[in-house]
Amino acid sequence: MTTTLPAYDEVVARYEPVIGLETHVELGTNTKMFCGCPTDFGGAPNTRVCPVCLGLPGSLPVANKAAIEATIRIGLALNCSIAEWCRFARKNYFYPDMPKNFQISQYDEPLCVDGYLDVEVNGELVRIGIERVHLEEDTGKTLHVGGATGRIHGATESLVDYNRAGIPLVEIVTKPVPGTGALAPEVARAYVTELRDVIRSLGVSDVRMEEGSLRCDVNTSLNLPGQEWGTRTETKNVNSLRSVERAVRSEMLRQASVLDAGGKITQETRHFHEDSGDTTPGRSKETATDYRYFPEPDLVPLAPDTAWVAELKAALPELPRLHRRRLQKQWGLSDLDMQSVLNAGAVELIEQTVAAGATPAAARKWWLGELSRRANETGVELADVGATPGQVAELQGLVDAGKLNDKLARTVLEGVVAGEGSPTEIMTNRNLEVVSDTGALTAAVDEAIAANPGIADKVRSGKVAAAGALVGAVMKTTRGQADAKTVRELILERLGAQG
Amino acid sequence: MTDLTRLTAAEVADLVASGGTSAVEVTQAHLDRIAAVDDRVNAFLHVDTEGALAAARAVDERRAAGEELGPLAGVPVAVKDVLTTKGVPTTVGSKILEGWRPPYDSTLVQRLRAAGTVMLGKTNMDEFAMGSSTEYSAYGPTHNPWDLSRIPGGSGGGSAAALAAYEAPLAIGSDTGGSIRQPGAVTGTVGAKPTYGGTSRYGLVAFSSSLDTPGPCARTVLDAALLHQVIGGHDPRDSTSIPQPVPDVVGAAKLGATGDLTGVKLGVVTEFTGEGAEPGVMAAFRESVEALAKLGAEIVEVSCPHFKYALPAYYLIAPSECSSNLARFDGVRFGLRTGDDGNRSLEEVMSLTREAGFGPEVKRRIMIGTYALSSGYYDAYYGQAQKVRTLITRDFTSAFEQVDALISPTTPFVAFPIGARTSDPYQMYLADLFTIPTNLYGGPAISVPCGLSDGLPVGLQIMAPTMADDRMYRVAAALESTVGTFTPPAL
Repeated sequence: MTTTLPAYDEVVARYEPVIGLETHVELGTNTKMFCGCPTDFGGAPNTRVCPVCLGLPGSLPVANKAAIEATIRIGLALNCSIAEWCRFARKNYFYPDMPKNFQISQYDEPLCVDGYLDVEVNGELVRIGIERVHLEEDTGKTLHVGGATGRIHGATESLVDYNRAGIPLVEIVTKPVPGTGALAPEVARAYVTELRDVIRSLGVSDVRMEEGSLRCDVNTSLNLPGQEWGTRTETKNVNSLRSVERAVRSEMLRQASVLDAGGKITQETRHFHEDSGDTTPGRSKETATDYRYFPEPDLVPLAPDTAWVAELKAALPELPRLHRRRLQKQWGLSDLDMQSVLNAGAVELIEQTVAAGATPAAARKWWLGELSRRANETGVELADVGATPGQVAELQGLVDAGKLNDKLARTVLEGVVAGEGSPTEIMTNRNLEVVSDTGALTAAVDEAIAANPGIADKVRSGKVAAAGALVGAVMKTTRGQADAKTVRELILERLGAQG
Repeated sequence: MTDLTRLTAAEVADLVASGGTSAVEVTQAHLDRIAAVDDRVNAFLHVDTEGALAAARAVDERRAAGEELGPLAGVPVAVKDVLTTKGVPTTVGSKILEGWRPPYDSTLVQRLRAAGTVMLGKTNMDEFAMGSSTEYSAYGPTHNPWDLSRIPGGSGGGSAAALAAYEAPLAIGSDTGGSIRQPGAVTGTVGAKPTYGGTSRYGLVAFSSSLDTPGPCARTVLDAALLHQVIGGHDPRDSTSIPQPVPDVVGAAKLGATGDLTGVKLGVVTEFTGEGAEPGVMAAFRESVEALAKLGAEIVEVSCPHFKYALPAYYLIAPSECSSNLARFDGVRFGLRTGDDGNRSLEEVMSLTREAGFGPEVKRRIMIGTYALSSGYYDAYYGQAQKVRTLITRDFTSAFEQVDALISPTTPFVAFPIGARTSDPYQMYLADLFTIPTNLYGGPAISVPCGLSDGLPVGLQIMAPTMADDRMYRVAAALESTVGTFTPPAL
């Protein structure tokens, strides 16, 4: 693209953005939405399939109760009303990764409607309206082989893997969100982040954007102040939280440049590109798609029992936002400190480490220090760095007991991350425990004094600071396994000096 | 020696159980009969000789081992080619599934196997069960054993003809708008459409999901009831299956066979006794009504004012559902694939496959249904048809407040000559004029032979409330006890 984009500040000064988000969440149920096939990620292509999810002639769907329950819980957590009676509907269109050439979804009778989610942006609460939450089945995956782009154009062959076909998918659609101004990209990101945390706290999905279990389409439009909302575009292929923010920003800039030039926005689907950070139009639809929705005749209507829904509501966990507030207070953190914990993705890890016996300060030190550094270096999420909260708590326990000093503890932690075992095992196997046998230590101290008579004299004459060199010598001979404080005390005692 | 093919299913089962014959002998006798007559009847699309004999041997072995056998063990059964059979070709009468061997058994077939029945093979049908004459089969028409130049009804003409030609004592059909009952009527056999949800649709290749109902076909009412008992009942793999036991249809058939209908109130549907039916059909029907009255039944007339809208409503709902159900036949995963020469796009291959694989009636209904569901037309067509469906259901519920069951002729005309109605779809659709309301309501109905018109069979239809399938068997068995069964001329 050769056109120069206007500056963001100018854009938000002249235009008002309206955003909207459609999020798909793959539920972590054991079995698929309408059959008994397993749902776990991976697996050789077309091994997790049966007549139902392959759409073989004669097969029939049976709705997964666990998926319905999970959807209702998501709806309740998002303050939605739960339908007393609703139906699945067929969305008809031909596509090879959709085994029946229709998708069982919900149309005008969704399971959950009219809720909201409060998100925090720059310390302010923004209420995002939720239009609907509904349940549907996922499609398979098409792989286009040959050709340069991996897209269908130019491909010589297309292969389809139906392992994903029929995995329960919850679609969460926001109401249009106007009035966020320059903050629109951040609001979008904050919403998806909060939604992810809410769903994770419910334990109904692992909500990993990189594995596609959380997928997001971003709708963006611009209008002049006081005028009707503009034509919106729908941006797909937004695969990370950062991309959500970038995609909104990029669309705002692009639309502003079109409008500034007197052009019109085309209602279309656009693709976000992670590398360049901009969007390009999807395959243009010459005619509007008519999905010919009608109620799914193979399934009976859903009529969740009101008492059951009330039970589910009563058993909802604390909302992540409130949970975080409570933890911040318990841990005694400033807003800024809490923010760094959040940014590092360490809330749950610290919480679990504290639950395993460490103090909040110690837990935070390990996760935000050594382990965050390591996660950054290796490019993995903090949770996947290789150490568990239990191990971190155990490590800190060894420090508190005087068995490890800080330096040794770091060495042990390296072993933990390398998968050598528990901190205690590594300490023992690698012989890293602090030398606490005073007899051996005294011998090492005497040796150091004898080897450095000049320094010893200085200490004797009252220059206590010179003792550092002797401590260093002792640490060297004990290969760092002595407690420096103890060594220092011992040296001063032997030389008759006062610390 | 007894001709084993002339026995009823109940008689065959007794004979096998008592050791008077073996399941293998019975099976072989039917396979021989098929070999002798089916080149003229064309009731079967596939005869599973080896599978049938193996199943028969298994029954004989179980009997020899002293195991308890079910009430239909060792009885051969012909299965409409609309039900999946593991490893055995299932075509639905269509080129688009030619050669497809399903990797799984339908629930009905599983139950037939578990009951020790012997599946002879798969019977001919109108493609995807769309038709009333079996002329729309992609594998050639089936001929009516009463007159080989005439149609055996449809879509389940193969199953009905197999019974009338003594190729099988029992058969399975499926009834979406009359596909069990109308073939039963025009071949002089018994065909029952159970309550929707009373028999599992799992493995029944769908035409119209909210209407399709598999059910029993036989030469006697008791045989139909025995088969109904075996195939019916709740199936967790079909969400629309009713979680209740099968009504006591066998007991009801036995009760009816005593010929006493005292205390039973029957309603003649006013709207189905006027114009539209052939005089010979009406004459046979009126005689049967008198016969039922003589057995003690109270006969009244009942008006069902919305039944006249059933046919148009059906021809919107069924095609709408079919347009979606048949979308999966695209050449990607199974069945026919046409035009995949390495140059054509996926969309082109899908189109060419469907163009080549579907016959004219199937295409007609897919197009009607696609149109009826389209944005802007949905309310006027599909939505309106659903409202009519509600009104028809109300007609039934209010009728059943007055009477125990409704009766009418099964179909307006006797078996017509092959080719007589293929040029005018509407003339063909009229064959189901009297059977369609029941499908829209979801209740059970049975067609039982009630007489002849110019030497061709006429059927009487008994319609009962949902999950009161036993009632229709009682009335049907009573009628059978007085009018008897009807035997076609020798082939």
